[in-house]
Amino acid sequence: MSEHNEFDHVSGRSTTGHEWDGIKELNTPLPRWWVLTFYATIIWAIGYWVVYPAWPLVSGYTTGLFHYSTRASVATDLTDLEKLRGEKMAVLGNASLANIEKDPALLALARARGKTVFADNCAPCHGSGGAGAKGFPNLNDDDWLWGGSLDQIMQTIQFGARSGHAKTHEGQMLAFGRDGILKKDEIVTVANYVRSLSGLSIAPKFDATAGKKLFTENCTSCHGDNGKGNPELGAPNLTDQIWLYGSDEETLVETITNGRAGVMPAWVGRLDPVTVKALAVYVHSLGGGK
Amino acid sequence: MNKPVSPDQFITDEDGPLYAPRKKVYPQGVSGRFRSIKWRLMAVCLGVYYLLPFVRWNRGLGAPDQAVLIDFPNRRFYFFFIELWPQEIYYFTGLLVLAALALFLMNALGGRIWCGYLCPQTVWTDLFYAVERLVEGDRRAQIKADAGPMTAKRAGRRMLKHAIWLMIAWWTGGAWVLYFADAPTLVRDLATFQAPAIAYVWIAILTASTYLLAGYMREQVCVYMCPWPRIQAALTDEWALNVTYKYDRGEPRCSVKKAFDIRALGEKAGDCIDCNQCVAACPTGIDIRDGAQLDCIQCGLCIDACDAVMTKVSRKTRLIGYDNDINVQRRIAGKEEIFKPVRARTVVYAGLITVVCAVMLYALMSRTLLDVNVLHDRNPIAVRLSDGATHNGYTLRFLNKRGFDRVIAIDVDGPAEAKLHVIGADSVTPDRPMIVLGRDTTTELRVLVTAPFDERAEKSVPVTFRITDIGLGEVASATDHFVLP
Repeated sequence: MSEHNEFDHVSGRSTTGHEWDGIKELNTPLPRWWVLTFYATIIWAIGYWVVYPAWPLVSGYTTGLFHYSTRASVATDLTDLEKLRGEKMAVLGNASLANIEKDPALLALARARGKTVFADNCAPCHGSGGAGAKGFPNLNDDDWLWGGSLDQIMQTIQFGARSGHAKTHEGQMLAFGRDGILKKDEIVTVANYVRSLSGLSIAPKFDATAGKKLFTENCTSCHGDNGKGNPELGAPNLTDQIWLYGSDEETLVETITNGRAGVMPAWVGRLDPVTVKALAVYVHSLGGGK
Repeated sequence: MNKPVSPDQFITDEDGPLYAPRKKVYPQGVSGRFRSIKWRLMAVCLGVYYLLPFVRWNRGLGAPDQAVLIDFPNRRFYFFFIELWPQEIYYFTGLLVLAALALFLMNALGGRIWCGYLCPQTVWTDLFYAVERLVEGDRRAQIKADAGPMTAKRAGRRMLKHAIWLMIAWWTGGAWVLYFADAPTLVRDLATFQAPAIAYVWIAILTASTYLLAGYMREQVCVYMCPWPRIQAALTDEWALNVTYKYDRGEPRCSVKKAFDIRALGEKAGDCIDCNQCVAACPTGIDIRDGAQLDCIQCGLCIDACDAVMTKVSRKTRLIGYDNDINVQRRIAGKEEIFKPVRARTVVYAGLITVVCAVMLYALMSRTLLDVNVLHDRNPIAVRLSDGATHNGYTLRFLNKRGFDRVIAIDVDGPAEAKLHVIGADSVTPDRPMIVLGRDTTTELRVLVTAPFDERAEKSVPVTFRITDIGLGEVASATDHFVLP
């Protein structure tokens, strides 16, 4: 075709010799820099094959001179992170619970760690902000079934409540109705008496004397003479404004009839001691800690 | 590969090629008033750029003592007596507005003063041209050498030129990184190869860009890359002074001898002797006699070139000078020249500059060095306590912009009988918690506000946290809401 090449005087270039329906194609070579860049990318690609993983083989792949692997680099990052955390966590581990709360830097560290761990492990029951739900205590308030001091909170986190662990908190709200200890109308009377303890409204035909008698006979052993509860047994204070399951008559009747036995798992084997410590400080700092 | 096309094969009218190859410009060295102004401004600009990082400024113990420092790791910007935090970036917005207005004002008064004298592209290109002339000779010698064969002598000179260029470029990059770290320490680290890799990378990048922009791209940056010539053309008016060829005086062009003859016959002969010195001196390779044009950066070097020639032929200087078309027309009509530096446009620009300066100065003077922000807990929003009281949790963040620690007291003003409890920082004065704020940093604190049970209390009331510096009496406050469950 080269014999058809012509020189085009308007553009100052030659044609390629191609011609379609009288239209001739100008020879427009690529700019030198473009071609050089293109060659450079080819060389780069070959270099890339040599040093980085590139070609699949029957089993496995060419690893390249650098033996780079994203999986290995994630593993390295995680190990580095653990190491970095380990140093900081060791400081937490050596400090006492009370001292952690007094030192702003340690408190911030424990709260940061505790917050993450709380979200991963505790939030499903207690809510992401620890606000709780029916049957799951609110950790922001000042009402604690098993005590709200730093040590008590840590104890509860470690061993749980009715978790089956040897050191767990034990305490049983009996099923007074189901087990035939109290009759149906007696249960209603006690329920109304309990409501009166915290100043809630009571049913019109309620017999206060009978209620008090029933309460003294059946409830005071755990909830105390005046209904203030007992953190040793996990018996809630019945005179305050906070109700784990609800304070209306119907709910109270249900509670007394069937009993309640909420379970909190023990975390002692699942979370390492320093993390439990951080968690205790975090829960304590939510606002209700004593 | 593109074959070079001989010039006679080009057709340069409207039907010519879309992309013309760059014609290398060989500006001739000149001397004169504008050249000396440019030398001085170059010395000032480069002097400030290269030496400013070494200026010290005492800010007290523990704070950096560099007058101008952009401290990225600690997120601080230091400028002499000013220290800015990232959240005060709006001062830079103000500075940019000010820069734009100053550019407009310059343009309304004297055309592209920025382009011709102050723009880094002009300053460094000018310096590179000076080096080129010093090593390879003036315009004529360079053109001759480029047309001739490559001799050992020429190659040697060329290498020397590039070596000097690279040195200047490298120094430019080197000075750049000094603004981001303690300059004397960094210089020592750089010299002993102990500086962070990023410093070397940035020096390399800026060396390359300076070398390419000032050594190779030169006027093409102004003509093809920079948006300012286009904007400038839209912002100018008929009163603005621009570097102008006074064609009323210059035309018709003719040689000195011919002009003598023509004038002897009593006819008009122009002062321009068509010596092309203005073209030879132009760093963008244009002919100023073609009138105002986008490629002209208005550096004034053609004025110096023309003045030298006019002096030589004993004619009045400033055939090219700062002038405008109105005066050209007035002279043709035989009227007096008039200049109007004070007119609506310049007054408005100057007024705006004053206003922005005043606003910035006020903002700077009244900026607080103590501040507090509040964030209400989102979950739970409110907590009922066993005695019926309610508490709300808040995260307070204190900003201490002073260079020393200080003690602040926190007061809360919100629901009736509200009590403040600071988590983990109960002080000896529980009614009025006090905490220590570290110097030049932020402190985060979790606090609880508790209000006793009140039947008539509103569902949501504003709550204000007021902090007071015990020593200096500075106050700051932040407001949020206290809500009931």
